[in-house]
Amino acid sequence: MGFSRVATEAKVDPMHQFTIEPLFGTDHWSIAGFNVAFTNSALWMLISAVVLYAFMLGGMKRELVPGRWQMMVESMTGFIEDMLRANVGKEGRKYLPYVFSLFMFILFANLLGLLPLGLVGIHPFTFTSHFTATGVLAILSFSIVLVVGFWKHGFHFFSLFVPHGTPLPMIPLIFVIELVSFLVRPFSLGLRLFVAMMAGHVLLEVLSSFVIGGANAGAFFMGLVSIPSFILMVAICALEILVAGIQAYVFALLTSLYINDAEHLH
Amino acid sequence: MPQISQLAATYSSQVFWMLVIFGAVFFLVGRGMAPRVIETMEGRDQKIAADLAAAEAARRAADAEDEAWRTQANKQRGEAQALIAAAKAEAAKAAEVRLGAAGGEAEARVAEAEARIAAARDGALAEIETVAADAAADIAARVAGLTVAADAARAAVKDVLHG
Repeated sequence: MGFSRVATEAKVDPMHQFTIEPLFGTDHWSIAGFNVAFTNSALWMLISAVVLYAFMLGGMKRELVPGRWQMMVESMTGFIEDMLRANVGKEGRKYLPYVFSLFMFILFANLLGLLPLGLVGIHPFTFTSHFTATGVLAILSFSIVLVVGFWKHGFHFFSLFVPHGTPLPMIPLIFVIELVSFLVRPFSLGLRLFVAMMAGHVLLEVLSSFVIGGANAGAFFMGLVSIPSFILMVAICALEILVAGIQAYVFALLTSLYINDAEHLH
Repeated sequence: MPQISQLAATYSSQVFWMLVIFGAVFFLVGRGMAPRVIETMEGRDQKIAADLAAAEAARRAADAEDEAWRTQANKQRGEAQALIAAAKAEAAKAAEVRLGAAGGEAEARVAEAEARIAAARDGALAEIETVAADAAADIAARVAGLTVAADAARAAVKDVLHG
């Protein structure tokens, strides 16, 4: 198997946190020859899903005068509903389940991955820092755009690649450019989330290695390196919480913009 | 970078579990719960809108009621004032009539009294004439020894009294 244990080579390896390990001896589970081991990544997907489900249960009280929890859930659904109405219009309503699931699942994954559970010996795994995971979501979004586009407009969907008022001789060139920019969408969608999450986690890990290394090198280096790094880490943690929300929002926003293209062409 | 170095070994597991778990999230949370939360919110918005409309209608009804009451009150006030004016006029008329009647009676009594006074004076005058005539006859008999007839004495007294 290719599960390499890079962590043993260096003291603090900032990449080790992204290592996937099969859990509970499931590394030989497979379906049709494909390995489907239940890994730490799958575990954190499951945890995100369960926490999300528990969060949503608070919104199911359906009281006329909502409590705080119900209010939180309603503000989340209202937020996505507003976004869909603003970007797609009234047809956006039928995409609410997908876009809402997408937004909340990514948001919870990002936030849970930031929890300082390492203090109690549990190592959170941010599966949104794996392009395999984000790629699946990106391809799902892109597939929905393609299916809706061709279902609603048939071959007329290709007119998406020719903006209104394009001069006739420019049409072939514009078509190719627009087609390429369209086909790049799933990659940009998946990679943006993956890169943002990975970069933040690597940065925190590198800074924490500075803190530990400085502290080990004596009091002088601790004052010079460790303490400033630690203060910077606190600030970057706040930034990462922001990024966790923003990246989930961007993913959902771009998905709804692409769905708008499929629904209305131009 | 484990994302790449482990790619060949782990992609199938990642894709599989992502599809399974995100699928579960989509069906349970996305399709099961989110629409019902939205439904609750819409129900609340509708309820609030309906309540506001009901309040507005009630306010209009109250305004109309108030307006009706006001016109009613004005009308009644007008009626009452007309009634008072009529009663005043009637009372004034009655007082006038009674005053007229009372005045007439008083005048009649005054006239009667005056008549009585005149009669009394006339009576008194006649008495004085008689007494004076008697006295004159008496005086004439005593002083001059003349016997004067009563009629002559009366005529002489009348001449003196009335000039």
